[in-house]
Amino acid sequence: MTDLPWLTILGVVPLVGAAVLMALPRRQELLAKQVALLTSLVVLVLTIVMCAAFVPAGDRFQFVQAYDWIPAFGVQYAVGVDGIALVLIALIAVLVPVVVLASWHDADAVHVEQLPVRGTTSAPVATATAGSGASSVRVGGGTAVLDPPVATPPPPPADPPRRGSVRSFFALLLVLETMMIGVFAATDVFLFYVFFEAMLIPMYFIIGSYGGPRRSYAAVKFLLYSLFGGLLMLAAVIGLYVVSAGQGEGTFAFEQLVGLEMSTGVEIALFSGFFIAFAIKAPLFPFHTWLPDAGAEAPVGGAVLLVGILDKVGTFGFLRYCLPLFPEASRILGPYVIVLCVIGILYGALLAMGQRDLKRLISYTSISHFGFIALGVFAFTSQSQTGAVLYMVNHGLSTGALFLVVGFLIARGRSRLTEDYSGVANVAPVLGGTFLVAGLSALALPGLSTFVSEFLVLLGTYSRYPVAAVLAAIGVILAALYILLMYQRTMQGPLRLPAGIGDRIPDLRLREVLAVAPLLALMVFLGFYPKPLTDVITPAVDATMLDAGFTDPAPTQGNGAPAAAPTR
Amino acid sequence: MPTDILSPQLSYGPIAPLLIVFGTALVGVLVEAFVPARRRRLAQIVVAIVGLLAAFVAVVLLAGTHELVFADAIAVDGMTLFLQGTLAVLGIAAILLISERSLDASGGAVVSRAAVLPGSREDVALAEATDVQTEIYPLALFSLGGMMLFPASNNLLLMFIALEVLSLPLYLMAGLARRRRLLSQEAAMKYFLLGAFSSAFFLYGVALLYGYAGSVDLGEVAAATGLAQSNEALLLAGIALLAVGLLFKVGAVPFQAWTPDVYQGSPTPVTALMAACTKIAAFGGLLRVFYVGFGSVEWDWEPMMWAVAILTMVVGALLAVTQTDVKRMLAYSAVAHTGFILVGVIALSPAGLAGTMFYLLAYGFTTLAAFAVVTLVRDSSGEATHLAQWAGLGRKSPLVAGTFAFFLFALAGIPLTSGFMAKFAVFTAAVDSGATGLVVVGVVTSAVTAFFYARVVVLMFFSEPAPDGPTVSVPSGFTAGAIALGLAVTVVLGVLPQPVLDLAEQASRLVS
Repeated sequence: MTDLPWLTILGVVPLVGAAVLMALPRRQELLAKQVALLTSLVVLVLTIVMCAAFVPAGDRFQFVQAYDWIPAFGVQYAVGVDGIALVLIALIAVLVPVVVLASWHDADAVHVEQLPVRGTTSAPVATATAGSGASSVRVGGGTAVLDPPVATPPPPPADPPRRGSVRSFFALLLVLETMMIGVFAATDVFLFYVFFEAMLIPMYFIIGSYGGPRRSYAAVKFLLYSLFGGLLMLAAVIGLYVVSAGQGEGTFAFEQLVGLEMSTGVEIALFSGFFIAFAIKAPLFPFHTWLPDAGAEAPVGGAVLLVGILDKVGTFGFLRYCLPLFPEASRILGPYVIVLCVIGILYGALLAMGQRDLKRLISYTSISHFGFIALGVFAFTSQSQTGAVLYMVNHGLSTGALFLVVGFLIARGRSRLTEDYSGVANVAPVLGGTFLVAGLSALALPGLSTFVSEFLVLLGTYSRYPVAAVLAAIGVILAALYILLMYQRTMQGPLRLPAGIGDRIPDLRLREVLAVAPLLALMVFLGFYPKPLTDVITPAVDATMLDAGFTDPAPTQGNGAPAAAPTR
Repeated sequence: MPTDILSPQLSYGPIAPLLIVFGTALVGVLVEAFVPARRRRLAQIVVAIVGLLAAFVAVVLLAGTHELVFADAIAVDGMTLFLQGTLAVLGIAAILLISERSLDASGGAVVSRAAVLPGSREDVALAEATDVQTEIYPLALFSLGGMMLFPASNNLLLMFIALEVLSLPLYLMAGLARRRRLLSQEAAMKYFLLGAFSSAFFLYGVALLYGYAGSVDLGEVAAATGLAQSNEALLLAGIALLAVGLLFKVGAVPFQAWTPDVYQGSPTPVTALMAACTKIAAFGGLLRVFYVGFGSVEWDWEPMMWAVAILTMVVGALLAVTQTDVKRMLAYSAVAHTGFILVGVIALSPAGLAGTMFYLLAYGFTTLAAFAVVTLVRDSSGEATHLAQWAGLGRKSPLVAGTFAFFLFALAGIPLTSGFMAKFAVFTAAVDSGATGLVVVGVVTSAVTAFFYARVVVLMFFSEPAPDGPTVSVPSGFTAGAIALGLAVTVVLGVLPQPVLDLAEQASRLVS
């Protein structure tokens, strides 16, 4: 079964789904959504089967395929996954159907959620409502009427601004899924770069066509930041190729590029090209300023994928490319990166506390969390790096869930401001409950999966950079503050809702529960039993450490008590 | 015997593509004279397309030729044939655009009598007149013939003649726009005056080089640069003046000033021809002169070309950001791309030559098709080229706007388009030759160019349509064919560039 070209199939299925979507008549909105959901579920099932076929103790890269693509440049279509890429692809496969389900109405005649304007309303257009009411084809053999229209006050403005069509929204999501799978599956640096850049285009359209009031500003900012970083990386990719060509055949194959000999100066220059691209993507302080805008203006589904997956390409890139390809530069520049990470952790958390806009708030919490992930990567211990990879997965689940729940709240209240809400849990207990669990996972409560990863990162970091670990731990306290404050302000206390909404909002509907429940369940499960993940991740991390020439315990450790001995 | 002039060995086979194109142009003149007016347009289209196809076939048949003919004046080698083939195909696409008649209510984009005083009553009537202008076909063919001769010229005097043959018809054609006559005539005038200046510079450079080497033959010039006793000052001044003439034609800074005005004022099909074909021909000449003639004195000209390339990339990209007219924006984007292509020229290696040729091909098709899309967006007064008028186009015509967005992404160099592969090819060649600094400037300015391309996409897709905005006309098969060709090349070269890269690599041999 491992002979099947799994990764290629995974990449092609969403593309086919997208093509089918674009071939559908424009009016068939419900059918388009169903096709999208079905496609993403097929990918999920395929991914589960593939994960089951993955042998943790086997080769480092599995499901490998390599064909010449552009021999003139030594470029191959080469894919394969190690444990790190595998868990991230699994995360994609989980998040995309969730996002499709949660974004069911996001592309319908769209409401404009302008910030202070709380009166703009919209109900799903008549056709879509009728369609969803009539549908009985749903996941898990669901009930006939999963999804009655939101009971918002009647009539929408005469001519609600129409953005893109429903089918293109879901087609863009599926194309994005292909690109995201490709970027993690690529084992050829050129191919990785192609996906890295091409991935921007669907996200650009998702933000720009379906986002909030300042969507085009946010979309352009997102595109230009990422493109700028990507182009610097292009220069570094070319440099890498030329260096490899100087020592024989020019190549982009990852495994041949590892251990390439170059002078320290060249290494630092190439490292910087890659690092800046990834630091913008991740984003690390001070390259983060695009994320709050993009995260706040993107439609909720887009924001989940943006923060949950796209940004992980940055941290994944640190681990996969920066460290093994440029070990010397990583060693020299690592401490400076650690400083950036610690600043990012604290700065992101402090800014998160000061936000009034719920989606911006979550974006800033992510900046803090990405600081943790990068800290784990650049602490160069197997514990911290395993923790960082776990963190990537858990952050995708937890921030995904948080974005979704906040999105549900905003869809009801038509306002993104915290002060517009109070006591919502009184009238919508399920919404309040899921909000609480998602929030607790974001602050890494023991028992939830995020705790495991955060703990591993801090533990591993302490053995090499005790001061950084101590400072980063302050971020944990700040996380509790910003999450609990947000929960307290919006969900508890006397009921208050944005003006024009009335005094009731509906609780979560079955569709929304179905969307968010898998994420919460996974977080609880992985919180108690992370072994399936760590089993897969650890060998890959060890291989990365070996490539980069780092060893546990930290060689720079003083004579004091050796840090908790990493036994892996 | 004092008057013993050796008659050169003439072999016509290797220059068959040139003969065919010039012959077709002459046939076009005869068609003007003898075919009745009603049938003239059709006859001209058929003649032109058949001629260019025949030239393309001749190029294919000549593949692998590597020799100097006509007393070493014409070099028929890989580069010549690669560029001639590209020019023939792009020429067909340009002829298709010129032949389009269903967009403008009264007929094509070309005015029937260009000499009428702009703004006069007669001129106003002309805008709606349904007379057909068919002289443009032989003019275009003469120009294309000159373009095909230009990169093949191994003799500076012949190169000057080719320069004039390609330029003179273009000066005329620039003034032929049916709408906005004054702008068009201004464009023609500017282009002519500045072009004449640059030709004079070129000629002066040729004279100085003759003084230096005692010959206008590039091979002789190259041989002379190897000798110590020659007069260095003549060589340097000659290179500089020659470079002015060539850099003017490619539209490099500081000789780019004509580009936006001429691109904007010319009828858009002619702009497409200029943007795609003239650039290819001019770069072919530039490559020939610097690789064959001055290859061994690269230390003398490289610093100058570095400065020009950096200036061209930076100025082109920055000025494009401020443009509000789509044709002017594409013109400045052409300037920026000239800078990127110069990076490949400066690499001065076979890889640089191959990369440059690949870039020219990729860029030619993309930019021609982009201008073709511009002809489709119209309001009552003709093409709607102001960017504000393009707002919300993606809502009204997703197909056309999507196609244009794709071309813009290709020009921006997003992966999976030909633009990315082209940039990658020249940048890799440049880094390989040690021009890393240029490449860093190149990638940074690429990010700047992405800004204004993205801005157009924002306008088309993320903005509300203006209430009285332009409409997208449905083109006939002519324009649709040209756009489809450009789209196909842009996609194929972005996804499977290997065959063309191979071709360019095999073609990257210069005879000398």
